[in-house]
Amino acid sequence: MNGAVRRLEVEPRVTLLDGLRDVLDTTGPKKVCDRGACGACTVLEDGQPIYACSRLLIESAGRSITTVEGLGSPEAMHEVQRAFVENDAQQCGYCTPGFVVATAALLARNPAPGEEEIEAGLGGNFCRCGTYMGIRAVVAGPGQAGGDGGGNVGG
Amino acid sequence: MADYSWPEADRRGQIGRRPARLDGPVKSTGFARYPSDQNPPGLLAAKILTCPHAHARVVRIDTSAAEAIPGVRVVHVIQGEGSEIQWAGDEVAAVAADTEDIARDALRALQVEYEVLPHFVTEKHRDRAPAAQPGSERTDGDPDAAFASAHRTVEQTLGMPQMAHMCLEPHGQVAAWDGDELEVHASTQAVSTLAGQFASELGIPATQVRIRTEYMGGGFGSKFSPDRWGIVGAELAREAGAPVKLFLDRDQEVSVAGSRPSAFARVRVAADEQGKLVAWDSDSWGSGGLPGASQTPLPYVFSRLPNRRLRHTSVPTNLAGSRAWRAPNHPQACFLTMASLDDLANELDLDPIEFLDRNLEFTGRADVYREELGIAAGMAEWKERWQPRKRSRDSALQRGLGVSIHTWGGRGHASNCDVTVHPDGAVEARLGSQDIGTGTRTIVAQVLAETFGLELPQVRVSLGDNRFPQSGPSGGSSTVGGVCASTRRAAQDALREVLTRVAPRLEADPEQLTAAGGRVFVEGEPSRSMSWTEAASRIGGAPVSAQGRNPGPGRLISSGVGGVQIAEVEVDMETGVVQVKRMIAVQDCGLIVNRRLAESQVYGGLIMGVGYALFEEWIPDPVTGRLLNADMEFYKLAGLLDVGSLEVHMMTGPGYDERGVIGLGEPPVISPGAAISNAVANAIGVRVPWLPLTPDRVLDALAGRGGIA
Repeated sequence: MNGAVRRLEVEPRVTLLDGLRDVLDTTGPKKVCDRGACGACTVLEDGQPIYACSRLLIESAGRSITTVEGLGSPEAMHEVQRAFVENDAQQCGYCTPGFVVATAALLARNPAPGEEEIEAGLGGNFCRCGTYMGIRAVVAGPGQAGGDGGGNVGG
Repeated sequence: MADYSWPEADRRGQIGRRPARLDGPVKSTGFARYPSDQNPPGLLAAKILTCPHAHARVVRIDTSAAEAIPGVRVVHVIQGEGSEIQWAGDEVAAVAADTEDIARDALRALQVEYEVLPHFVTEKHRDRAPAAQPGSERTDGDPDAAFASAHRTVEQTLGMPQMAHMCLEPHGQVAAWDGDELEVHASTQAVSTLAGQFASELGIPATQVRIRTEYMGGGFGSKFSPDRWGIVGAELAREAGAPVKLFLDRDQEVSVAGSRPSAFARVRVAADEQGKLVAWDSDSWGSGGLPGASQTPLPYVFSRLPNRRLRHTSVPTNLAGSRAWRAPNHPQACFLTMASLDDLANELDLDPIEFLDRNLEFTGRADVYREELGIAAGMAEWKERWQPRKRSRDSALQRGLGVSIHTWGGRGHASNCDVTVHPDGAVEARLGSQDIGTGTRTIVAQVLAETFGLELPQVRVSLGDNRFPQSGPSGGSSTVGGVCASTRRAAQDALREVLTRVAPRLEADPEQLTAAGGRVFVEGEPSRSMSWTEAASRIGGAPVSAQGRNPGPGRLISSGVGGVQIAEVEVDMETGVVQVKRMIAVQDCGLIVNRRLAESQVYGGLIMGVGYALFEEWIPDPVTGRLLNADMEFYKLAGLLDVGSLEVHMMTGPGYDERGVIGLGEPPVISPGAAISNAVANAIGVRVPWLPLTPDRVLDALAGRGGIA
């Protein structure tokens, strides 16, 4: 997980999300709907985005799990994380980890996704504060329409 | 007398710029620890058993089987035998256990016997309500005479149901005791006021309660109180002798932790031959669950309209009580009013913008609305593209434009701030406020940096802790005004003290000195200067600190904003599906501290507005009294591609900046329901009288079918 091998013993019923958050203290993935409907718990399993709330932890045994913390840190952000900051694609930030992981997976598959690909890649993630303009700008990439050209990051 | 003010436009270093939010990197990397992310050693997980009935009496509770489960630490009965439960989802018992799964096992093992009582959950049928509370009628002028002599009158029943706050981080907290001292990591909008509420419920002095909220996952008006689950969580922790995490499950969050009251009304409104409003009559009702719902401000914005009659009936239901939802009562009043006025404009064969313009004298801020209407119309190319309501159904896809206007107060709340300048030049502000996602932390940092002539990395903002000087709850769009006033005043006082101490070194009077660009210099003689670091090093061995308080409206802050929104929609006449293609928002909010964050607030308001205009509603089941959609699959939020193209214009510069800072969180969420409904009416030729504009409601309206919601 996030580049390290983790060994742990849990009950078979423990979800990947609960295992990450409660056992491994990896709290980037968030528990919001807990039913595979909102995307806040999105992580990468062998590079593919999945809902951690809808996977049992034992199903992920032997696989590679990358959470939002594994993509980058505040001091060394992944380019998608940096783009979320630069485009103000977050307010309260609770949906952000899931969106960041789903967006990173989408852009890794297709750096210039069309509307249908965006719908397929991010249609399963929801934000309540309303940060979609910023997220669209992240997906569109630097210099694209919708980007925040007037930026002045860091003051 | 100290002069507290903002710098003139040409001297601003930070105010009005677009720095990225300071907590962006920790949020986008998952490093930000929210209250629900706290995992102290020995943590127990707690869950709540709720009542499945909308109205019932608890006959018997047997906790023995639950208590016998290994790993269960405390079982706590919240509403015991004999208690009358008034809504489904109300808390009956709670369990703290070693893991969340074990706590759920225990909930399943709790045996509760209920006597089920009659319930009522569908307030749209006012005539069937068992406990409707009609209010007194209020009449101004002579509405009967005005209607009798009016040129055109429209009359219809409109309405919108209850909806959920749907905070992504559920309500809840991690509570931990150290002896008789309680520390609570709470997902709250009210860091400074929560301690007293916990203390009085728990029977300890407020000085022994610490509240921490570094980050929180959304509130929107629903997170001002510890709530019963907060008190229960603290009691479980005290009894277990271990920290307890208790956050609501999603079905509980949707059902009991925050809803907006519904609003229905029979509205009659009339105008004369010049298109001037002459009379208003509304017979309204609504519900916010068990407490019912109060009168919304009708007629909205056009509150000086002559000849008015208002009646309102509050309708209690067996649903959890509503909470303040972003701009309480305004979105409802806006929809009821602006839809009615739009229909009246149609009857008058007037362009709705022209009609609004002719009646702006009945609003409090005609000049602002007139300017904003002009700008919004220009952005939408309204003159070229708007057409009267279509009567033909020549195409399966019909487009339409709609407009709405709104208002809000936004006066700054009570706020205190400590600002400290350290001898190494570091500057810190501490205040018991909270950043609920609006960017408060960043705004305070900008005010600090502006005042001391520094850059953002050189200042530090500490908030989210009730040990810091008390600052009000984040409600009513009052935070930015409160914290800007308290921070600016404290910072200006601290700076004056620093300048007083270094003035002799520069052989100047303190009043001649300015701090800007990382230096302190004699005004007009930049060569007589020293770096900020050197200036700070000369304040002596101890830091300089100053306290600031928001004294209320003045040069730094004020209140009262207006906004205009235009929606463009496309309606599929065969399926009834409405798509928002474009939303335009023109908004004033006085002096803007951070343009980027201000725009984000408006975008966010538009997006939440598209949600309640098209998708969002509580759907209570009249048979069981429970919500049919207490989840995120059937309670629909707007998604990334559901909201069309959004364009924001902020009113700023001369005429606006002088008003000082005014809050912005609420105004932009008020108009979308009305603007989108009006655009749909424009597109399809008839009014869909209900929100949200779901396909069934659109098809019903197209087929001329009445009925209610």
